[in-house]
Amino acid sequence: MARPASTAPVRAAGSAAPQIRVERTDEGIVRVAVSGTWTRSATLARGDEALRAVSAMSPPGRLQVAAVDLEGWDSTLIAFLLRLHAAANRAGIPVDWEGLPDGVRRLVELASAVPERAGTARSGERASLLAQVGGWAKSMVAETHDTVRFLGEVVQALVAFVRGRAIYRREDLVRTIQETGAQALPIVATISLLIGLILAFIGAVQLSQFGATIYVADLVGLAMTREMAAVMTAIVVAGRTGAAFAAQLGTMQGNEEIDALATLGIPPVEFLVLPRMLALALMMPLLYVYGCFIGLFGGYLVGIGLLDLGGQAYVDRTREAVGMTDFAIGFVKSAVFGAVVAFAGCQRGIEAGRSAAAVGQATTSAVVSSIVYIIVIDAVFAVLLNIMGI
Amino acid sequence: MGDVVPRIAVDALTMQFGSYLVQRNVSFEVKRGSIFVVMGDSGCGKSTLLRHMVGLVKPAAGKVLYDGEDFWAADDDRRADISRRFGVLYQSGALWSSMTLAENVALPLAQYTRLAPSEIDELVSLKLALVGLRGFENYTPSEISGGMRKRAGLARAMALDPDILFFDEPSAGLDPLSSRRLDELILELRDSLGATVVMVTHELASIFAIADDSVFLDAEQRTAIAHGDPRNLIRDCPHAKVRRFLARGETAANVA
Repeated sequence: MARPASTAPVRAAGSAAPQIRVERTDEGIVRVAVSGTWTRSATLARGDEALRAVSAMSPPGRLQVAAVDLEGWDSTLIAFLLRLHAAANRAGIPVDWEGLPDGVRRLVELASAVPERAGTARSGERASLLAQVGGWAKSMVAETHDTVRFLGEVVQALVAFVRGRAIYRREDLVRTIQETGAQALPIVATISLLIGLILAFIGAVQLSQFGATIYVADLVGLAMTREMAAVMTAIVVAGRTGAAFAAQLGTMQGNEEIDALATLGIPPVEFLVLPRMLALALMMPLLYVYGCFIGLFGGYLVGIGLLDLGGQAYVDRTREAVGMTDFAIGFVKSAVFGAVVAFAGCQRGIEAGRSAAAVGQATTSAVVSSIVYIIVIDAVFAVLLNIMGI
Repeated sequence: MGDVVPRIAVDALTMQFGSYLVQRNVSFEVKRGSIFVVMGDSGCGKSTLLRHMVGLVKPAAGKVLYDGEDFWAADDDRRADISRRFGVLYQSGALWSSMTLAENVALPLAQYTRLAPSEIDELVSLKLALVGLRGFENYTPSEISGGMRKRAGLARAMALDPDILFFDEPSAGLDPLSSRRLDELILELRDSLGATVVMVTHELASIFAIADDSVFLDAEQRTAIAHGDPRNLIRDCPHAKVRRFLARGETAANVA
């Protein structure tokens, strides 16, 4: 041995495997002797026999723990001794650590000095199915309540805005408009072009069977203006801007910035949510119009490039098929989508907890709920327009 | 000054989130011009108490009175009027990260005064100079250090010359010299503005340097167990826990 084991842990000393010897004496004393090298790198000794022996003891007994030819040790030894200690405590018998090196004894004492704080242990036990369903229902009610309250605050803020009393910074509005509008053009263009191409291809496969490929123009025109441009733009913006809103506001919540606004008497919904909602409700229809034209252009490319349609014929057909009503429908829808995406993003952000993980959750749930809102609202529009016959 | 009505009175306040009780039946008074410390071990609800006092969280029971007026019984407008007299410095500074330091300090001024932009600029420069940040007007919070953020937060808290300043762990994360400078600044503010200071901290050096009154919240009994000048509490408090806390675990005799 390089050093006496009583001063400090000796790492990777000898090669003797860690061993535990258990002896029982007639007076009810159990002696546990540890020897060999107790380090993480050595093969671990199985302490089951010793633990069983200790658990089987009853009060008049006594546990003596000693080191015999202990060549090296680290936390693995301490962990084993603590398990012994806990077993002895449960059995209600005193432990005698005298035979251990000083360093080991001090660490065992330190680790067992502060008792486990009452009530901190959490059971990993799963609740029953009924309790889980009940908990889920309760959280749904609470969530709906929060959403309705947030909606109310947003409406109040809008009223204040209309009356010219809302507190917000015009710079914030302008910057958000730029971030959500102009900077989203490339991605909206890419997605819309591809959607236009895909629609034209799908239409061509079917319509060419009837020799009616010119109606690809109708299909692309109507699908883009009424549905696809609005929905796809909204989904892209939900992933891009809705997530950003949730992350921004969630971080501000964690940094107490939202509290700082509230204590100054500045309603956070007016100051933070209002400009974001206005920006998105303004920009989304513009992105929609842009996406529409790019999508129509995608259909046009397929029409003249692959289907041998005349360029002028395709354009004429599109103009005939698509009316202003179709544009108006998509335009109104996308304004609603913009408001909804901003609403979901801001709500998740403001209600986020105060940790990095909570901001991540807020971002995810902002995107998920935006997309759900978009699809549901789109379906509602479809039903209403069908009833109204437009 | 012989005031009859204390500047702030917390009366039988109970703080509770759902079924989780933070503290119950906490009562104390803060005299005008006092530097009052809220202390207690970690997790006992000191910052939560502060959030109740500044109006961010409504108490489960009990009252918070400012100059004898019940804060939570007042209507929204009146509450806004009362809280306009507060300046709050949050633990991390809580500067608005999308704005420069000057814009941060200017926002409350623009909001609640009718000053011209040039006058606001002058006041902003003054407030930043008072906390030693002259010349940092156009920096954003992410470009400066944690200690500077805290000082900028103080400049913003002082923007409207508040009567009552609340500090949430002002010296946490500051080096000893900055922390000392902040203490001196707090004393200076109290003396020059006549402000009342409520401070959550467990920085013993600050407590003994500037505090003249205190309350001790106990995490186990979930209520306030001691009140008074910490310099007296360290000797005379009947609770050994408070004496030990103030003496940093050493026997009181060695320190006092």
